[in-house]
Amino acid sequence: MERKLIEERVIEIIAEQAMIEPVDISPTCRLADLGVDSLGLVECIFSIEEAFNIAVPFNANTPEQPGFDLSSVGAIISEVEKLVARQAA
Amino acid sequence: MKRVVLTGAGTLNPLGHDVRHTFAALRQGHCAIGPLTCRDVERLTVQIGAEIKGFDPQAQFSRAQLTGLDRFSQIALIAAREAVAQAGLVLSDEARLRAGVILGTAGGGNMTVDDNYRSVYEEGKNRVHPLVVPRLMHNAATAHLSMEFGLMGPGLTVSTACASANHAMGQALQVLRAGQADVMVTGGSEAMLCFGGIKAWEGLRVMSRDTCRPFSRDRSGMVQGEGGAVFVFETLDHATARGAEILAEVAGFGMSSDAGDIVMPDRDGPVRAMQAALADAGLAPGAVDYVNAHGTGTAANDRIEAQALRVVMGDHLDRLPVSSTKSMHGHLIGGTSAVELLAGLMAIRDGVIAPTMNFSEPDPEIMLDVVPNEARAGKVDVVMSNAFAFGGLNAVLILKRFA
Repeated sequence: MERKLIEERVIEIIAEQAMIEPVDISPTCRLADLGVDSLGLVECIFSIEEAFNIAVPFNANTPEQPGFDLSSVGAIISEVEKLVARQAA
Repeated sequence: MKRVVLTGAGTLNPLGHDVRHTFAALRQGHCAIGPLTCRDVERLTVQIGAEIKGFDPQAQFSRAQLTGLDRFSQIALIAAREAVAQAGLVLSDEARLRAGVILGTAGGGNMTVDDNYRSVYEEGKNRVHPLVVPRLMHNAATAHLSMEFGLMGPGLTVSTACASANHAMGQALQVLRAGQADVMVTGGSEAMLCFGGIKAWEGLRVMSRDTCRPFSRDRSGMVQGEGGAVFVFETLDHATARGAEILAEVAGFGMSSDAGDIVMPDRDGPVRAMQAALADAGLAPGAVDYVNAHGTGTAANDRIEAQALRVVMGDHLDRLPVSSTKSMHGHLIGGTSAVELLAGLMAIRDGVIAPTMNFSEPDPEIMLDVVPNEARAGKVDVVMSNAFAFGGLNAVLILKRFA
């Protein structure tokens, strides 16, 4: 799956959770700045897993999330891209 | 106001099949968390929990009884038998009318639900056992206790997620104070270590994959357990009149709602519940000798509970042991605060403060004396036992040495 498609879908998911329009989200945005709280984040991860049929290593108790970079929308897209590639391999 | 005392205790939990063994395990710092053995465990992301080992329901109940008993009811009955026996409770026909039961559970007959959904959805069966509803209903355990011990007074089940048992015991206290009964059998139980029960918790992403380390900087989440505890509460007049041995006084209860978030803990809700419990007991914060914390081992709960304790206790917190026994028996969800009250009872009766196990390093945001990794001797007269549920419903119980 190409990055463009992944990016579109991830942004759609985050936009729905943040209750804003996808056009208002860029890869440099941070989830907290978009108003996505911790439960919203868990819901985003779930939607991403469902959309791409992947398992995201995520534990809400470890803020740094060593297994999955959540620092920005772009970082999330890259992580999803990696997981999707691994899935296809 | 009528004084209320505790005259019997019983339990079945991952640390022991009775109070004596549970006290020994708490004292030794035994951690009962291990690999889960439920069906389809390989499809679970979380594969650890605190199961009750070596419990044979067939040795305790007849086949006919077992047909109608979900595991959470079995646990409550076993615990109640021990508590009622210890209390030496023998009720006349008239006394039965003034004896009741209030239990807490979060999931009720979760295993029955799991088994039967499996059979109708997965296996495509179109018929279920006739007793599915009486097994799974949340009030099943309460009803079975009322029947086994002939408790014909007030009876009800309280369900407030992780605070269920504390809320139940708080209600029992109020019923006794209000003069609606003389004796109440009360506590809570939970049995949801089945595929569906664990899978649902997985969804929240707050579960640890290794172990439960409350208040430790490297804590990685909560670990589920199963089990429960049941107590006999009675008015002081009633206990004295029948010459019962008094184990402790149930001194106060406080509850509050965060009215905030459905899962994120709040500092002020727990503060108000703790303050209400102290006021109800007529005690100053400085009188508390030990706190059995809610201490789930999640990043959020432990940090915020520590902040709430600081608000309530002030400088006294620097001298106050606060431990989370969930590090040993796991989080028994609706039954957890009943088992945790046993740690309070042990502190008062035996002068032993149960440790927080699996503790590796202090968290700078949580500067508490968590009694790390080793039980401690100490004279304890007043115990505060905290339970803060999802939904922001908080319940705090205060137990006091009887004098």
